[in-house]
Amino acid sequence: MSYIKPKFRHPELPKNELGFSKYDYEGVISTLCAGCGHDSIGGAIVQACYEMNVQPHQIAKLSGIGCSSKTPAYFLSNSHGFNSVHGRMPSVATGANLANKDLLYLGVSGDGDTASIGMGQFVHAVRRGLNMTYIVMNNGCYGLTKGQDSATADAGSISKAGSENHFAAIDLCAMALELGASFVARSFSGDKHQLIPLIKAAMSHHGFALLDVISPCVTFNNNDGSTKSYDFVREHEIALSEVGYVPHKTEITVDYNEGDSKMVELHDGSYMQLHKLSSGWDPTNKTSAFNKLHDSRTKGEILTGLIYIDTESQDLHDVIKTCKTPLNKLTEKDLMPSLDALEAINADHR
Amino acid sequence: MSNNVKVNDFVVRFANVNGTGSASANTMFAKSIFRMGIPMTPKNIFPSNIQGLPTWYEVRVSEKGYLGRREGVDMMVCLNPQSLERDVESVKPGGYFVYDSTKLMRKEHIREDITYIGVPMMEICLRVYSDPRQRQLFKNLIYVGALAKLLNIDLETVKTVIADEFKKKPKLIEPNVNAMMLGVDYITEHYPEPISLRVERRDLVGNKIVIDGNSASGLGAVYAGATVAAWYPITPSTSLVGAFEKFTNKLRVNKETGEKNVAIVQAEDELAAIGMVIGANWNGARSFTATSGPGISLMNEFLGLAYFAEIPTVLVDVQRTGPSTGMPTRTQQSDVLLCAYASHGDTKHPLLFPSDPKECFEMMADAFDLTEQLQTPIMVMLDLDLGMNQHMSEPFVWDENRMYKRGKVLSAEELENSKQFGRYLDVDGDGIPYRTIPGTHPTKGSFFTRGSSRDEYARYTEESPAYKRNMDRLTKKWETAKTLVHKPEFYQEQSTSKVGVVFYGTTTQSAVEAMDIMKEQGVQVDGMRLRSFPFDASVEQFIESHDKVFVIEQNRDAQCRTLLINELEIYPKKLIPVLNYDGMPITADYIYTEILSKIG
Repeated sequence: MSYIKPKFRHPELPKNELGFSKYDYEGVISTLCAGCGHDSIGGAIVQACYEMNVQPHQIAKLSGIGCSSKTPAYFLSNSHGFNSVHGRMPSVATGANLANKDLLYLGVSGDGDTASIGMGQFVHAVRRGLNMTYIVMNNGCYGLTKGQDSATADAGSISKAGSENHFAAIDLCAMALELGASFVARSFSGDKHQLIPLIKAAMSHHGFALLDVISPCVTFNNNDGSTKSYDFVREHEIALSEVGYVPHKTEITVDYNEGDSKMVELHDGSYMQLHKLSSGWDPTNKTSAFNKLHDSRTKGEILTGLIYIDTESQDLHDVIKTCKTPLNKLTEKDLMPSLDALEAINADHR
Repeated sequence: MSNNVKVNDFVVRFANVNGTGSASANTMFAKSIFRMGIPMTPKNIFPSNIQGLPTWYEVRVSEKGYLGRREGVDMMVCLNPQSLERDVESVKPGGYFVYDSTKLMRKEHIREDITYIGVPMMEICLRVYSDPRQRQLFKNLIYVGALAKLLNIDLETVKTVIADEFKKKPKLIEPNVNAMMLGVDYITEHYPEPISLRVERRDLVGNKIVIDGNSASGLGAVYAGATVAAWYPITPSTSLVGAFEKFTNKLRVNKETGEKNVAIVQAEDELAAIGMVIGANWNGARSFTATSGPGISLMNEFLGLAYFAEIPTVLVDVQRTGPSTGMPTRTQQSDVLLCAYASHGDTKHPLLFPSDPKECFEMMADAFDLTEQLQTPIMVMLDLDLGMNQHMSEPFVWDENRMYKRGKVLSAEELENSKQFGRYLDVDGDGIPYRTIPGTHPTKGSFFTRGSSRDEYARYTEESPAYKRNMDRLTKKWETAKTLVHKPEFYQEQSTSKVGVVFYGTTTQSAVEAMDIMKEQGVQVDGMRLRSFPFDASVEQFIESHDKVFVIEQNRDAQCRTLLINELEIYPKKLIPVLNYDGMPITADYIYTEILSKIG
């Protein structure tokens, strides 16, 4: 069965500052199950990119294999996409990023793709400070192979088939924090109000930004006893803050109460506005972030919001000192050494 | 003895302990002979270990210019008591055994048919030097001096080689020369009679250079404009990326700002290395990785993706002795089939087979053009012998007007003026579609790259006809590849014999020598050196025009022979394998003996 997405759009569809309508950021029609959390995340990505006034072709979207990794086809059709092999999106994203530092890299992965088969590559992309937004569409199960537990399924969680998971869950946020990620956030696919500003902030961040999005699998993991069902997440979500995103061109007029709010300036001059809901937590303090994650896990809560940010972070290019011009723009003139240099090398070997 | 003197035609083998600094002394010995205008070929035979195990270094001196390995040691220089027994046995009757006579040679190691030359190296060192490190390092120079004197190597030449070796630490030149002279003086005093091995100055090397294939390949990548290298350390490929890094540090760094026109990343494993290379090439940078057999095994999945999604990828395989970990520091040509058909499903990949450093340099550069022209992975097939050993070679040549062949890449203007871009559309009928680089045009030319089936417009499809059309186009592209890869080299203007020999890569030197030896014995054969896969029509013609064809290679299963049979539908019995797979480079003696015994 195929679905055709109508090409007709209302002529007066609102446009962003660059003259693009939301339609320019959309993709082909999704083939995921109706009600899948992943589609909500895709929708949030479209909205975020539209609102951020990014040129769609300045984004490269990359993914691995799985339901989550199919989604880049369903948003940003004007961006190049790369659906790579299972668990290996981080390496492809690393190479792409090395080739052109000027694009925005949006990686989309799942919990199987990241926490199991792709753990090695995920870990090293974080460690290298790759400048990318890495979204995990986390449903705690393998949807495309019909619902097996993944490594982020909580111990004691019951699958649709009725069996209990015996192994401890991998907390990707805690892990990324430990490995030096400079932006760590968690959200819920059903909470666009929080998710959209977090995506915008992650994309404005310079360095590795992890966004772990709990995204219930309506078909295989939305049953009673699952800790990643819609009902469970809604009941157990604890937001750290109400999140706002202020583009860099906008004057900051948002009012907030001293003490419960924090403005975090991002690399491109935009701001992340956080109305703190949780005491004893500072998103720029790693220890505080660790403690908060640990506390909520102990209590069985799902902590969402911006968990940690380092606004002074460096990315891989800064560390290895590549030139300002993207490497893929260099020509023979820049790259080809002289014949004299070659003759000197010949002479050195006589 | 004088009627039996071997001038410029012998093999000297050094037995050392690895990690003792002997490598640079041995290199200086070999270089001195080269500087006297005589062709020579050094080979390092080393363990998979950092310190303490036996290691050998062999120098073949050949006035005739034969650069393959030769069996039989004319002079053994033994610095390692661990391997002494074996080393004594390996000397040819009439040969020489040079050893450290600080300790007495035991009676059971005395052979009547060889001459022993004892130099009390350790004793001299203990007397002259007090620092333990100096005692160790200068011992190496003492034997270099002793050999120079024994073999009649010009001492001034040795001194210039030492001076070059320590160019960056000039303070060390004099002490090293002095240590060398200690060896010279000892021989002058104790062994004044000439021996039957002699070096005489010639003018046979012209402007040739001596360099290893890994360095040559690394330099080729620099000239070809590679900007992203991702790799994972593995012997024997490690020094290739090392050389690339060294050359880029010199040639690609802005002296004022320190900024680099290159990105080199040591990946977490070979899977990540090839993933990064694919990502960088997809995004329009020239990128490569280098590995060895075990790395290729790991990269298989990604190679299938690059083949099917049609992403340029340059991969160097410096082959070593397999299977599994095998003998990591020994040579073989045993990844030919693995690389030719790497990954699941119907896949095949062009391979290039350089046979000397100059060709490593050129083929490495050509690989970047070919991979972008064909939009498919190109593998450059070195082996440990070519990659890690020094080889005498013609100097590197480059055309300064050369432009990189970037293949069918659409610019923003071309996209603006085009109707509908189809990433996998065969517009030109050669099976090669047009591609676009991310970030080129705001609304035209974007597409979704995937390893799953898609139609001409890169749209996901499970429709059988669309899948089949795509696979058939890839076959057409394969036919185009045959016209672009390197043609074979023939060793005769016209075939005259009914017997042909086929070889490739490092088998070449010994195969050419074997052909000469057979010719001297009245057996004329025609030779063909394969330089690439897929095979073009001239390969088929050569095999067709001979009754018997020997395929000489360095693996157990006659892999290239299988490839010829499989790709050209040749009657298998016509192709007779000549195989060496013990981990040591193949010799001419072995080749001609095998051929003559099978020629019938």
